[in-house]
Amino acid sequence: MTLTVHLAQLEPTLGNLDANLALHLAELERAREDGAELVLFPELSLTGYFLKDQTPEVALARDAAPLEALREASRGRTVGVGFVERGDDGRVYNAYALFEDGALLHVHRKVHLVTYGMFEESRDLAAGERFDVASSRLGRIGVLVCEDMWHAAGGWLYFLAGVDLLVVPSAGPARGVSASYQGLASVGAWRALLQSASTLYQCWSLYVNRAGVEDGITFGGGTCVVDPFGHEVAHVDGLDAGRVVHALDLGACERARLAAPLRRDEKPWLVQAALARLDETR
Amino acid sequence: MDPLDVQPELVEAILVRFLRKEAGKFGFARAVLGLSGGIDSAVSAALAARAFGPDHVLAVMMPYRTSNPASERDAREVAEHLGVATRKVDISAMADGYLGPAEVSDRMRRGNVMARCRMIVLYDLSVEYGGLVIGTSNKTEALLGYSTQFGDNASALNPLGDLYKHQVYQLARHLGLPASVLEKAPSADLFEGQTDEGELGFTYAQADRLLYMLVDERRSLDELVAAGFEAEFVRRVARRIAQNQYKRVPPIIAKLSMRSINHDFRYLRSWGH
Repeated sequence: MTLTVHLAQLEPTLGNLDANLALHLAELERAREDGAELVLFPELSLTGYFLKDQTPEVALARDAAPLEALREASRGRTVGVGFVERGDDGRVYNAYALFEDGALLHVHRKVHLVTYGMFEESRDLAAGERFDVASSRLGRIGVLVCEDMWHAAGGWLYFLAGVDLLVVPSAGPARGVSASYQGLASVGAWRALLQSASTLYQCWSLYVNRAGVEDGITFGGGTCVVDPFGHEVAHVDGLDAGRVVHALDLGACERARLAAPLRRDEKPWLVQAALARLDETR
Repeated sequence: MDPLDVQPELVEAILVRFLRKEAGKFGFARAVLGLSGGIDSAVSAALAARAFGPDHVLAVMMPYRTSNPASERDAREVAEHLGVATRKVDISAMADGYLGPAEVSDRMRRGNVMARCRMIVLYDLSVEYGGLVIGTSNKTEALLGYSTQFGDNASALNPLGDLYKHQVYQLARHLGLPASVLEKAPSADLFEGQTDEGELGFTYAQADRLLYMLVDERRSLDELVAAGFEAEFVRRVARRIAQNQYKRVPPIIAKLSMRSINHDFRYLRSWGH
């Protein structure tokens, strides 16, 4: 089964929901022309990234007007959008919504907030607690928002659940320009992670990073599609806003699993037992 | 390969976008900068010319009466090479208007006054020209504090602040800047015969390598000594970095209220733009 994906390397304006919604709708219009069945936007695509004290000011309930507009625009396809969620519990999350055919399918709340170096997400946001699979009509989808990808647990749990599509939205800065790398160190590290994840978890990885600059920090782009054998098959060139449209073969997951039945041979109970022992020694 | 080597084409791509986009957020499509005839301002000018187009960059030469005439000649060569407009503003009368009556003879104080006069000119011309002031301070001098606060370190956007001197040279070669700026010894040209390296007491090559290991790689002072740096040199540079932190941050605000600017009123500069 062929699935056309459209990964939008968007350049949102910091804190400007109206402008960003318009950007999303224009991109969705364009994706309609590609015949894309799955359209993905980056992390916090509706708000921009370094929000600091703006975080609560741009937080949205799941039925807020901008999200309703995107839900409407998802008719006939599946759309992934990054936003700041004001949860029913009153907390504010770095969230990623999947809309499908005019309905809200799933919200992933970023589990691993990044709070080191230039990042301070834990100051402004509450962390998600779950890696739940989204059962889309396109297949099983696991969402890892940026730093979620830098911890093994999320991807591994999705692997156990038999995920076909790993959706990885990010707001990854461009850094590391040493001549000892080829291109940006940050983009190289992401590619290595995505290729490893796809190889180990035998699924498609859809990485969608953003473009633009926020107070001197340039976002690195590198939006790409990696197949279930770990090969990058399409990517956006350069640092500017752009998109990758790719028709991927969902059957490739099964072929990879036939060639090497990694999930069949996984032994999660060993991990369970080890965690239990760890608990006892505490 | 030198461990400090960068990929200059990548650096250029990032910095050109940085200038264009950060200025664009505030509605600016033009740039003003001081062109001294040295390497740093030549690189900033070249980046600005690429970001905004040469027709949208004003390079200002601001000699003082004791400045080396070769500086202005080199600056003109750079401007001509880049195709950017130039303006000459002699700061002698302006600086002497204060230095004379105030009887300032100390070399450092005089140099600081000149640097701040140049800042005044640039910020004024930025209004006349309708362009943002582009900075020319590199990472080496910012870490060492080898600059004048509110003088040459004043700018709206600084494309060079994360590049060591070695990397500025590498970028200058990549950008095809004239040999005159590539080959001469770096100098603030505040008094006759002054060179940066003479005044600092060490070479940029030594300082860059040390700073890179200390700041970028976060090595300990002991590790640096073990790596072959002279202990006194390591201590001196580490002290300079810490002592000059004040030049790298905005003025500190005494906290009184429940929400104070910079302490817990946190927004990016481009907030609302």
